[in-house]
Amino acid sequence: MNWSSLAAAVPEICLAAAICVILLVDVFAGERRRGLTPTLTLLALAVGAGLTVQYGHVTQRTVLFEGMYVADELGFALKLAAFLFVAVALLYSRTYLENRSILRGEYYVLALTALLGIFVLVSANSLLTVYLGVELLALSVYAMVAFDDSGISAEAAMKYFVLGAIASGALLYGMSLIYGLTGTLDLGEIAARLHAPFSPGVILGLVFIVVAVAFKLGAVPFHMWLPDVYEGAPTSVTLFIGTAPKIAYFALTLRLLAQGLAGTESEWSQMLAALAVMTLVVGNVVAIVQTNLKRMLAYSTIANVGFIVLGFVAGTPDGYAAALYYTLVYVLVALGSFGVILLASAKGFEADQLEDYKGLYQRDPPLALAMMVMMFSTAGVPPLVGFWAKLRIFQALWETHHLWLVVIAAATSVVGAYYYLRVIKLMYFDEPAPHLPPAQAAAGVRLALGLNAAAVLLLGLLPGPLLDLCARLIH
Amino acid sequence: MHGLLSILIWLPIAAGLAVVLLGDRNIVAGRWLALLASLATLALSVPLWSSFDTSTAALQFPEKLPWIPRFDAWYALGVDGISLPLIVLTAFMTVPVVIAGWRVIDTRPAQYYAAFLIMEGLMIGVFSATDALLFYFFWEAMLIPMFLIIGIWGGPRRVYATIKFFLYTFLGSVFMLTALIYMYVKGGSYSIASLQALPLTLVEQRWIFLALLLAFAVKVPMFPVHTWLPDAHVEAPTGGSVILAAIMLKMGGYGFLRFSLPVAPDASRELDLLVIALSLIAVIYIGFVALVQQDMKKLIAYSSIAHMGFVTLGAFVIYEIVRNTGSVQGAGMGLDGAMVQMVSHGLISGALFLCVGVLYDRVHSRQIADYGGVVNTMPVFAAFMVLFALANTGLPGTSGFVGEFLVIIASFRASFWYSLLAAVTLVLGAAYTLWLVKRVIFGPVASPRVAALQDLNGRECIVLAALALAVLVVGVWPAPLLKVMQPSIQHLVSQAIATKL
Repeated sequence: MNWSSLAAAVPEICLAAAICVILLVDVFAGERRRGLTPTLTLLALAVGAGLTVQYGHVTQRTVLFEGMYVADELGFALKLAAFLFVAVALLYSRTYLENRSILRGEYYVLALTALLGIFVLVSANSLLTVYLGVELLALSVYAMVAFDDSGISAEAAMKYFVLGAIASGALLYGMSLIYGLTGTLDLGEIAARLHAPFSPGVILGLVFIVVAVAFKLGAVPFHMWLPDVYEGAPTSVTLFIGTAPKIAYFALTLRLLAQGLAGTESEWSQMLAALAVMTLVVGNVVAIVQTNLKRMLAYSTIANVGFIVLGFVAGTPDGYAAALYYTLVYVLVALGSFGVILLASAKGFEADQLEDYKGLYQRDPPLALAMMVMMFSTAGVPPLVGFWAKLRIFQALWETHHLWLVVIAAATSVVGAYYYLRVIKLMYFDEPAPHLPPAQAAAGVRLALGLNAAAVLLLGLLPGPLLDLCARLIH
Repeated sequence: MHGLLSILIWLPIAAGLAVVLLGDRNIVAGRWLALLASLATLALSVPLWSSFDTSTAALQFPEKLPWIPRFDAWYALGVDGISLPLIVLTAFMTVPVVIAGWRVIDTRPAQYYAAFLIMEGLMIGVFSATDALLFYFFWEAMLIPMFLIIGIWGGPRRVYATIKFFLYTFLGSVFMLTALIYMYVKGGSYSIASLQALPLTLVEQRWIFLALLLAFAVKVPMFPVHTWLPDAHVEAPTGGSVILAAIMLKMGGYGFLRFSLPVAPDASRELDLLVIALSLIAVIYIGFVALVQQDMKKLIAYSSIAHMGFVTLGAFVIYEIVRNTGSVQGAGMGLDGAMVQMVSHGLISGALFLCVGVLYDRVHSRQIADYGGVVNTMPVFAAFMVLFALANTGLPGTSGFVGEFLVIIASFRASFWYSLLAAVTLVLGAAYTLWLVKRVIFGPVASPRVAALQDLNGRECIVLAALALAVLVVGVWPAPLLKVMQPSIQHLVSQAIATKL
């Protein structure tokens, strides 16, 4: 190993260093300079992204650290995206954390360790690294969910932790079977050694891995944790969980199933197809009856995960590119929609009930406009970017002749449109409920949300570059 | 003039955004800006018409810029004889809508004008797109302003109506999208011309036809997926009803002519009886339904469904004509009739909704029972209303006559029974329209509210006069309209009766 090979791991190294520094600074800064940690964290993310662009760019796929770690363009791009999404998420959260008196240094440190977990996962080339990334991310997030002292938050964290532990167990068990039957942990080697016909052991291991992946993504029937966690966690944590980790779980699915277990594609794509159908139906139908916006968006997340899984079902590079595009678009939109909830909240007012959005237009027109953009985008209406994400998935499915999946996805997206429209109806058509506190976010944060909405519109008008980028990253 | 179509699309949209930015505080300036923009769009559509070459079916005023190279999707625009009249109709009908809202809309007026201007641009985009993906893009994007128009400025049940409207249309469109993507995956291009040329087996055509039928039938709307329309019309503000009836329904008819017939000609031939049957049901059954309505807007909405039945009848009766007589010429007449009917219905239904709007602004009721003897207090208005009502019944000399007459003649060539059933509308249409006029306009003054009515003001008078002129011109002298369409209709007939197998 030479030093130059470390360059590819710049993002992780930066982040690990930043975590140590921020943890120390936070201890010595004390209560009075509480604002220091958030600023420092954003700075660290900016510097990390800068250094990554400078040194971490690789044009060729390179395997480092005895096959544990892979550096490629996909990883590079996903890490930059994760830097950006985490930074925006933390930016949106600041006022909310202050209002709920949970603005503590640990929150930011945990967010950074979660990001480190995302990076590890994105660059994993070995079953061990995959597991390391999954656990680093998951443990950080469990702690974040429990960050509030309220009972509901603790309950959500407990649920998340217990169910997450089961999923980790399933993942580990599946990995152990695959390892036992192939004799290697290296994903590339596994792909080379797995050939049809597969022994029942391989299939059994595969099933466990698919279960774990489905759990992490939130696919039905392994979605039980998702609505409870989204609803119970402080909104800033919901925002965090709902955004950057999705990129990691996309990478998890891609690296594990599409690359490592590529040989068994015909097996897992059938499993995923069944999961996707259930996910689309349950997510969209159950979302209709929700009264809590966070919970409704949780089911909307599930429905969107169904689309991402469909991209994998297609089983072609085009399908994976479609899933990647969908993931990035989804994260961008989720960032905006949870961002609106954060910005609409105030001290002692969570703004998480659908009722709270009645007449939002009259209280705060820009916020309502941003939310409308996000809702129409998730519903898949042009000229917003969500439309292209759905189109891309349909296209990948047609290319692989999945007629019924196209029909089911199309039909369920109409069902889904209903509850997005309902949010717009509340904001624009209804009279505001009396005595709601005005939104009090800083101008800079509102500007960020405005840029977020503008990005959703612009990428919808001119989707070409991002589509090309996603296709290039996969091929 | 190069880029004319782009200007027609983006000028209203840009003006709409500007009106929003001006805000409700500067609404006087905003209103004038909206009026100027809609007039400018109308003025710019004049050179589109005048320099249109009526000797060719080729696309004119073409524009082509790369949009999404990855899908081979282009920002490609162009007009032929089928889209040109509809574009001009769109530009023409937006002006009265802007004027009609002048003093009436007082909640969020800036957004009201902006929504209509943006919608104008998007609708022109639908009619001028020559790339299927761009077409779909405009087609769907238009739902957003319409959803807001009904939902914000609509009547008491507006939320139900607007969500129903959105979901119905969305359901149809999504399946059209899947069909378009299927054809893209097969042929590698989204250009409408290449979709029309794409060889497809009969099974593929059948499914594509049904997917497209779902989208267009909802939009037209055809029986039995018409139920969203009466709700949407009743609850929408006057301007919304006008645009809905005058332009948006035409998008369904346009879709049949642009996609269904040329893309899936064999399936269209095979399933033509389905469409003809649904059209005749619309004409007759919906005619009876219109007869019993208590609400003026609902009555006109049902009458719209019946009249749009002629469009689909005219479009699909061509297969029967060719089958029975072998006459291609006769087939062209059915399509001519469908096109004229679309333009004419756009003018007449728009005008009738404006008339109802005039009454509603004064009395705040749409119930027929609340009126009676309006002619005594509003003689000028009554004259206009009677004219449009007669046009709606298909009186010779008005545009309503030309379209219906052409379609009935054409369907006579197909089968005596079709024409007989279609002609029932002459009785039914007269019955429900004239009974409406009798109850609302004539008779003794029914109530103090009617007695207190003021006749048309200058603004309303100009609007209705312009529409009346258009209805009469198309009715008396339809030749220029038919001439513009001629080569494109001939081309469409040849595409529609050719086989792809």
